[in-house]
Amino acid sequence: MSSETSALPDYLPEVSKGLTLMPEQASAMAGRIDTLYIALVVICGLLTVVVFALIAVLGYRYRANSRANRESQSSEHTHRRVELGVLAIMLVIFMGLFGWASSLYLDMFRGPSAAMTINVIGKQWMWKVQHPDGTREINTIHVPVDETINLRVTSQDVIHSFYLPAFRLKRDVLPGSYREVWFTADNPGVYRLFCAEYCGSYHAQMRGKIVVMEQADYQQWLTRQGESEAPAVSGAQLFQSYGCSGCHMGKTGIQAPSLAGVFGRAVPLAGGATMIADEAYLHDSIVQPQKHVVAGFDPIMPSYSGQISEGEILQIIAYIKSLEPLDWKTNPSQNPTQGEAQP
Amino acid sequence: MSVATDPRWPREHYLSEGFRLRDWLLTTDHKRIAWLYLASITAFFFLGGTAALLIRLELITPPGDLVSADTYNQLFSLHGIVMVWFFLIPSIPATLGNFLIPMMVGARDLAFPRLNLLSWYIYTLGGLFTLAAVIGGGVDTGWTFYTPYSTMFSNSAVIAAAAGVFIVGFSSILTGLNFIVTTHKMRAPGLSWFRLPLFVWANYATSLIMVLATPVLSSVLMLIVVERLLGIGIFDPALGGDPLLFQHLFWFYSHPAVYIMILPGMGVVSEIIACFSRKPVFGYHGMVISIMSIAVFGFIVWGHHMFVAGQSIYAGIMFSFFTFLVALPSAIKTFNWTATLYKGRITFTAPMIYALSFVGLFTIGGLTGIILASIAIDVHVHDTYFVTAHFHYIMVGGMVTGYLGGLHFWWPKMTGRMYSELWSKVAALALFIGFNLTFFPQFILGYLGMPRRYHEYPVDFQVLNVMSSLGAGVLAIGYLLPLFYLFWSLRFGPAAGGNPWRAKGLEWWTDSPPTKHNFHRIPRVTESAYAYDPTAE
Repeated sequence: MSSETSALPDYLPEVSKGLTLMPEQASAMAGRIDTLYIALVVICGLLTVVVFALIAVLGYRYRANSRANRESQSSEHTHRRVELGVLAIMLVIFMGLFGWASSLYLDMFRGPSAAMTINVIGKQWMWKVQHPDGTREINTIHVPVDETINLRVTSQDVIHSFYLPAFRLKRDVLPGSYREVWFTADNPGVYRLFCAEYCGSYHAQMRGKIVVMEQADYQQWLTRQGESEAPAVSGAQLFQSYGCSGCHMGKTGIQAPSLAGVFGRAVPLAGGATMIADEAYLHDSIVQPQKHVVAGFDPIMPSYSGQISEGEILQIIAYIKSLEPLDWKTNPSQNPTQGEAQP
Repeated sequence: MSVATDPRWPREHYLSEGFRLRDWLLTTDHKRIAWLYLASITAFFFLGGTAALLIRLELITPPGDLVSADTYNQLFSLHGIVMVWFFLIPSIPATLGNFLIPMMVGARDLAFPRLNLLSWYIYTLGGLFTLAAVIGGGVDTGWTFYTPYSTMFSNSAVIAAAAGVFIVGFSSILTGLNFIVTTHKMRAPGLSWFRLPLFVWANYATSLIMVLATPVLSSVLMLIVVERLLGIGIFDPALGGDPLLFQHLFWFYSHPAVYIMILPGMGVVSEIIACFSRKPVFGYHGMVISIMSIAVFGFIVWGHHMFVAGQSIYAGIMFSFFTFLVALPSAIKTFNWTATLYKGRITFTAPMIYALSFVGLFTIGGLTGIILASIAIDVHVHDTYFVTAHFHYIMVGGMVTGYLGGLHFWWPKMTGRMYSELWSKVAALALFIGFNLTFFPQFILGYLGMPRRYHEYPVDFQVLNVMSSLGAGVLAIGYLLPLFYLFWSLRFGPAAGGNPWRAKGLEWWTDSPPTKHNFHRIPRVTESAYAYDPTAE
């Protein structure tokens, strides 16, 4: 893994594009957003022109020394009818725009199932990327074209915002939680990556690029990266070195719940609730172990907050996901001395 | 002709009631307190403006070469904090509102004159304290103080700055209370609610927001201090807190605060357009309903600042829906101002040019707000220059233009003097042109994807940035000119007389400058507001 200190000004070659009025489109979604945007610009532009034209025409026609007819001023009753008419027209326009924009928004967030998940960690002031096979990059993301890619973004420190203008895609990246972002690039090329949420001194240098490659090129690129250790393998080592295995593994299983096969399963919590053990749950259980205590266990696990990096947490999660349920069969609810946990 | 020999110059007026420093610093006269505020906010405005100018100078070239990244971050933080809390929020209410509301309702002063003076002291001391913290301590969080950056990663001057903003909040609350009570209890005989000028309605609605929303800001700033000093996890996830909670609480205040910053401007513009069209405002009742519904709906749209922040997508859609609704009353108001011109008798004085600029710029600001409310678009342009341009169209194109229009409109009332007609029109036009040149290119920059708060940027954004910086130069001229000719008028301006614009409000019934207690006799109101007749010459 490369050094974490390098966030120097000239770190990246500029992704240079000429002056245009619209940014380039790298996905079908970008095209759909632009269509809505252009419709909005046309509607709002027309309304603006109407207001400016009315001011100009009325201002000229009814200037103080003009002889325009000023008799028969309209009544308050007429005013109300005109206002209601304007209100009705604007309401119809606005509701149409609202419906269009909202349905597009839902499509942006609820995407198709993804071919692969890439982990992205924001950190003052760089983007760290982990590919499913263990390949790592900084400030650059290589992805294949025409594949639905899922990004799981999180932050090591403050709030950042993961922004790919060419994909019209942005998510705030919050410490302590995972956000999923999907996209399908349909055009090979190099596109910008910005941090869009102010995050401290070198916020403006927290930039990078996303490289969209043809499938074959992408496979070549992957092989050129050499054999990386799979995240689950690195995770297994971290599981040992951070001392997780002392309590969570082995036959004793009394102090701590076994983690074999826990991923994706419903976990009974102290207090009676249950929770699906997903990535967010596992993340919380490492940095805030008191948040969701498994039924039947004492909250004795210390927090790893501040002692473990977000990248390492992701590797440990990859390791936990890889564990088969049969490896260490220890069910805390079978222990007669503990509470009444329900499976 | 010197004013001394002008028969229209009153022999006794509030400005001649003592010239010592203590006659100003210990005054309870709402008119003198308005001047105290005017002096304070003008100083803050030019301080914040200087920061803006340095920001625009830095952005002329793509690399960060004029100032360091940290200095740049401190500059935009200073600009935002000063302009929002020490200029925009007090601007019209504390100066023009303070001066005019008692006169417009036919009262001798505000309901609580000493509280009014206290508000100014709280404001000024809180302002200086914050300034010392922000400049001395190098606060670099932006005006939004987002956690966990502000609580755990930024330097500790944030505590002092937050404490300063907390203090200034009380000034808003007290001013708001004063206006509410005055409007309810001190209206002259015959001045029913629906005879009130829209300026009073607008400030009344603003006051309600100040009283209801400011305590939320105070609480959230206290929570920041608690988290930093005591390490109790409220917003920082490392301590078990939730960073989004801060954004919810912050915008619960700061979105209504946007309406604190625009409603008074709407009030000013209604007065000016009616006066210089010689016509009653089109749809007076509709205007009142719009003002009040903006104040109410303004409280339920805060989530539109957080469309990509991680709130539930369904919450996002609801907030988008309410945002479209809150735009409706603004649309009605814009239509009504324009319709007021119809069959009017229009003169293009400097205040009128400002007022019409307001209508145009507010229209662009409001409609780009519709683009932002369209939630799918916001995902792309959130935290880019598109947003920066949009809110400057409202805050500067709207409120600052309205404020300057109001200042020009009531300057003869406040000082008893007229200013240069030519130069004032030049300044008003410079503002309109400079403003558009500064901020229109930023819409394009934003859609192209340039994020806000960037100290350096890719080269292909340069052309638009240079245009914007040039515009800022023109805009600066538009702001500096009034400083000169208004000061000049204080000494050399001809006497204005009680009602130079032949305007209708109660404030024009008395001398200019007004007597110490505003009216020689309390007026009795027999007609509705804006009883202008466009058919008369």
